[in-house]
Amino acid sequence: MVETRKAFQVIAHIIMIMLALFCILPIILMITSSFTSEDALILNGYSFFPSEIDFTAYKYLLVDSTDIIRGYMVSAVVTVIGTTFNVTVTTLFAYPLSRKNLPGRRFFMFFIFFTMLFNGGLIPTYIMWTGTFHIKNTLLALILPNLLMNAFYVFMMRTYFTTNIPNAVIEATKIDGAAEFHILGKIVLPMSRPIIATVTLMAGLSYWNDWLNGLYYINTDKLYSIQVLLNKMLLTSLFLKSGLGKQILGSVGETIPTSAIKMAVAVLGALPILIVYPFFQKYFVKGIVVGAVKG
Amino acid sequence: MNGLTARNNGMSGWEKRMASNIQKLKKIKQFIPLYLMMLPGVLYLIINNYIPMAGIIVAFKQFNYTKGIWGSEFIGFKNFEFLFKSPDSWLITRNTICYNFAFIVIGTIGAIAVAVLLDEIKLPFAKKVYQTIILVPFLISIVIVSYIVYGFLSTETGFINNCILKALGKEPVSWYSSPRYWPFILMIVHEWKWIGYNCILYYATIVGIDKGYYEAAVIDGANRLQKIKYITLPALRPTVIILTLMSIGNIFRSDFGLFYQVPMNSGPLIDVTNTIDTYVYRGLMENSTLGMSSAAGLYQSFVGFVLVLGANLLVRKFDDENALF
Repeated sequence: MVETRKAFQVIAHIIMIMLALFCILPIILMITSSFTSEDALILNGYSFFPSEIDFTAYKYLLVDSTDIIRGYMVSAVVTVIGTTFNVTVTTLFAYPLSRKNLPGRRFFMFFIFFTMLFNGGLIPTYIMWTGTFHIKNTLLALILPNLLMNAFYVFMMRTYFTTNIPNAVIEATKIDGAAEFHILGKIVLPMSRPIIATVTLMAGLSYWNDWLNGLYYINTDKLYSIQVLLNKMLLTSLFLKSGLGKQILGSVGETIPTSAIKMAVAVLGALPILIVYPFFQKYFVKGIVVGAVKG
Repeated sequence: MNGLTARNNGMSGWEKRMASNIQKLKKIKQFIPLYLMMLPGVLYLIINNYIPMAGIIVAFKQFNYTKGIWGSEFIGFKNFEFLFKSPDSWLITRNTICYNFAFIVIGTIGAIAVAVLLDEIKLPFAKKVYQTIILVPFLISIVIVSYIVYGFLSTETGFINNCILKALGKEPVSWYSSPRYWPFILMIVHEWKWIGYNCILYYATIVGIDKGYYEAAVIDGANRLQKIKYITLPALRPTVIILTLMSIGNIFRSDFGLFYQVPMNSGPLIDVTNTIDTYVYRGLMENSTLGMSSAAGLYQSFVGFVLVLGANLLVRKFDDENALF
């Protein structure tokens, strides 16, 4: 019995290790390739063990070019502003829904739930945002469409409020004559830090990783976020035509490390998330679990 | 409540009605701050979600940018006629449904298997490490995923052509122009990106199972497989139903990035990578097919909606508690 139990544990670990490798090795390939010298890449291709380590790709991207830095700035601004609005609007919508005696509560629940079931699709949405609101080629195009509010996060917060904040607490403060905004700000929010952290991280992740809004609504390279820049660099030979290419071609007469640059730019796009993730892992996990199952 | 009825006793019918209306108004008034809180969200949903729903009428029009949706000429079902007569409509429907079906089946089985295994692991530290690592792909944007895939599949510098096929003494493959590999590539990429996410959903349910059931089963002499079969899997049933239901509702939608960005919008691959979403996007970019695209968009929204209602109805019939609504 003990023997089979041990054998089972060993097999389980082996399978999990293989799965973990399957998940992480592609990312490691991306990182090692970005440090490989161009000569080695042309000779041996992308590999896990670079024969020659070389940081030229990063030098080109971070020192010789302004495109990446600008992309980072755009992404950072959009992520901070978008996430702030998202969390504010979500909290303000979710809290009243958690109050069982609110007249019309079922209507508002359906009002947001229906957006998960049915939508107008890309073309009417595109025509509306560009034709009526004229957001094409503005920073608003990266913030407003689709990402500002997500029914999942609303349900996630509402569930947290209903299960973690006793109705008696709210009733007691109301008897004391506290206004609703005061109750939300002074009583409910301080008790809801974990869920706010979770929603902030999930919303921040979707803003940082978003490239669709950029693809649909932005065509001036000044407003490319890092993800949109990545998209354009892979699909078009944009960086040879526009700013980055010119700077590289115009700089010293070395060979341009195009193959390494491809991977380096991808590493830079993922880096902030890979750095932040280990510290907030439990909030991500919580967000996924609460959001999808209890929604 | 008693005080209220006592006071009402001395009033005429009209006075009573007035009083109850005032009561109602007072009740509503006390909720005004709560409604105000919801105002920004309601406005946003109206603009971002509900107005475009009305805009699906564009599918019945000969759309013209200068005239706008409402000013454009009404042409009835012409756009749909063109769409369903073109070979594209069959192709994009087949691709979207087949890929999603494969994703649902492989994804669910894989995620449950991994979740059960993860739960069996005794070392808490190892458990945490595995869980952390398999979730990393979920955090990576699909654009970056397309770079990683390129790192593996690039014809000249790709890892597979240079390290694996060379070592095996095989000829390099021109991946981005060989459609027959792509159904598998897309499935692997999708599974890679989502396995950690799906696994965590099921794992959370397994962790929540009352340990008493397992102890009782051990006393009755159940072995590990029996415990999984008779306790773990039945406990996962509601989660499986909810998640599958939501996936079925989305079976007409596809991850645009996976089908457009990951194959690098490569022409030779279009037969196996064109889905409704990529078709609609391509139509938006070229005006000549905008009409058919908007018809495809409505077709997608409408069928998806019918599917989720139908699936929910079925679940409600057989397993009432687990229906979505």
